[in-house]
Amino acid sequence: MVDTSGPGFFGPFGGRFVPETLVAPLDELASSFDVARKDEGFRDELKELLQNFSGRPTPLYFAERLTEKLGGARVYLKREDLSHTGSHKINNALGQVLLARRMGKRRIIAETGAGQHGVATATVCARFGLECVVYMGSEDMARQALNVFRMRLLGAEVRAVETGSRTLKDAINEALRDWVTNVKDTYYLLGSALGPHPYPTMVREFQRVIGDEARQQVMDQEGKLPVAAVACVGGGSNAIGLFTAFVPDQDVRLIGVEAGGRGEGLGDHAARFAGGRPGVLQGTYSFVLQDEAGQIAATHSVSAGLDYAAVGPEHAYLRETGRAEYTSVTDDEALRAFHELSELEGIIPALESSHAVSYVMQIARQYTPKDVIVMNLSGRGDKDVNSVLEREGGQK
Amino acid sequence: MSAISEVFRTLRSEGRKGVIPYITAGYPSLEVTHELLVKLAEAGATAIEVGVPFSDPMADGPVIQRACEAALKHGVRLHDVLAVTREAQKKTGVPLVLFSYLNPLLQYGLEKLVRDAAASGIAGVLVTDIPADGATRFAALLRQNNMDLISLIAPTSSDERLQRIAATAGGFLYAVSRNGVTGTRDEMSGDARELVRRTRQFTDMPVALGFGISTPQHALEAWEFADAVIVGSAIVREIEEAGEAKAAHRTAALVRRFVEARQTAPSIKEQ
Repeated sequence: MVDTSGPGFFGPFGGRFVPETLVAPLDELASSFDVARKDEGFRDELKELLQNFSGRPTPLYFAERLTEKLGGARVYLKREDLSHTGSHKINNALGQVLLARRMGKRRIIAETGAGQHGVATATVCARFGLECVVYMGSEDMARQALNVFRMRLLGAEVRAVETGSRTLKDAINEALRDWVTNVKDTYYLLGSALGPHPYPTMVREFQRVIGDEARQQVMDQEGKLPVAAVACVGGGSNAIGLFTAFVPDQDVRLIGVEAGGRGEGLGDHAARFAGGRPGVLQGTYSFVLQDEAGQIAATHSVSAGLDYAAVGPEHAYLRETGRAEYTSVTDDEALRAFHELSELEGIIPALESSHAVSYVMQIARQYTPKDVIVMNLSGRGDKDVNSVLEREGGQK
Repeated sequence: MSAISEVFRTLRSEGRKGVIPYITAGYPSLEVTHELLVKLAEAGATAIEVGVPFSDPMADGPVIQRACEAALKHGVRLHDVLAVTREAQKKTGVPLVLFSYLNPLLQYGLEKLVRDAAASGIAGVLVTDIPADGATRFAALLRQNNMDLISLIAPTSSDERLQRIAATAGGFLYAVSRNGVTGTRDEMSGDARELVRRTRQFTDMPVALGFGISTPQHALEAWEFADAVIVGSAIVREIEEAGEAKAAHRTAALVRRFVEARQTAPSIKEQ
């Protein structure tokens, strides 16, 4: 009934479901991106920044003690947590800010959940002297106070969003309202592989460096492909970034880990593939947590970055075609993994990434030491230390 | 000819301009929505837009966001909205336009929606977040059932898009007066006049101007070049300020002020 033949569809998923005012700006964005990605000057400039500003390539690290403890597959961590600003979000922020500059936009707006995308955006805006406004739900501001302060230190204006559930979804609504109002001079720097076309494709292309590097590194270090590539999935940018290089390698399992939250009831988790069904939220057709009348449901996760009601449309497609599989991990399981990795490897993972760590801990024993698992450690956990302390009262 | 085309044809033949109020269904209650539909029709509304409340109204400003949130708190659903329009339509002949975000309609089922809307006195459907060129089959199905797909046009729409939209749309074109979300504004933007001028090159379909029309003075300016005005946030704010008991009465009085401004305005020449 709704046409799915236009640009930006992944099978039936994706598309561009927006008010008419945004159609022309999205078209302009899509064509600017198409020109830029083929332009050697653009690619070189981005490559130089990724290398010297952000510190790429990030290492592929053999987690020796974790592997020993699990007694199964050899576990490698793709160390996106070592990127400048502490997560993979900087890859996309750099790419899109360079694009905004080419398009002559001087004002950048962004949404943020955990604050990692907001910090990355504020950082790159500071680097290029651009005005930066970040929308953030007031609920998220409370649990990620450190990142709010970091953004302000970097010269960004952080605007609290008090509508709806006061989390990532509401921050995206406010950012879209700002964009539709100031569309002539403003660039909307969306941080995940979601939203209307071209964002899911563009964000994937700026994040695929994760998997491109990891595939080469695992071949160099182990001389073979992994049995599985594992990543947490909120909107899904770090996961699609890891998966893309491995999609043609049919023997590599691609596993996305959603937030199982505190229970299976609607409102208690953010496992869209377990509790959601197809629908349209914020410009894209994908799996959405919603009630029977199509009202978007509240979500919960201990990790703000996974706390979102829809999943990126390409993930819905990878799942439908059977190329990728999706599972979930609860708040408590993620927290156990948070502690485990900290103690075994001296690496404090972000609570988002802890979901992937937890699932790797569950499946490693299904394999032998001849097998390799590559996991994307998408961010570091410094930002989460306070909320873990609060939750656990200083006890472990 | 659809009910909406019919009223615009009558307006044009009489050299008059239209007033289309918007209300959020279920705000402040379904009972008041029923009363509003009847009273606004009596006050001289050309058509009435009936908003389906949605949890994430990304094209709306704070006034309509609050109304959506309040309606959803009472558990108002699409089938409740259609039940109210069915009852109200029996008492008035004014065309009703269902105004919704896509997801509540998708989950209801678009085929089922078309069937039930036709049986509930709905004359047209406007879906905020589906560009007209992505809805050709939906538009065709509505047309088969004597309803129109009302489409948005915006200052950012290219001439090529305006042409394409005019080819799919029915009833009237909803011109967004300026870039932004719904809400009241102090002055009319020059973008609006230019948008309507460009649109007239491609179609003689009536054009109604919305987003930011909050006073009869705005309407007078808009009627210089548009066939009708859509008054949304100003109406919903009136409902909010009036409170449940007085909402229908006071809002009808506001609509009457627009209607009367139209009658006392110096005659407006047709484009």
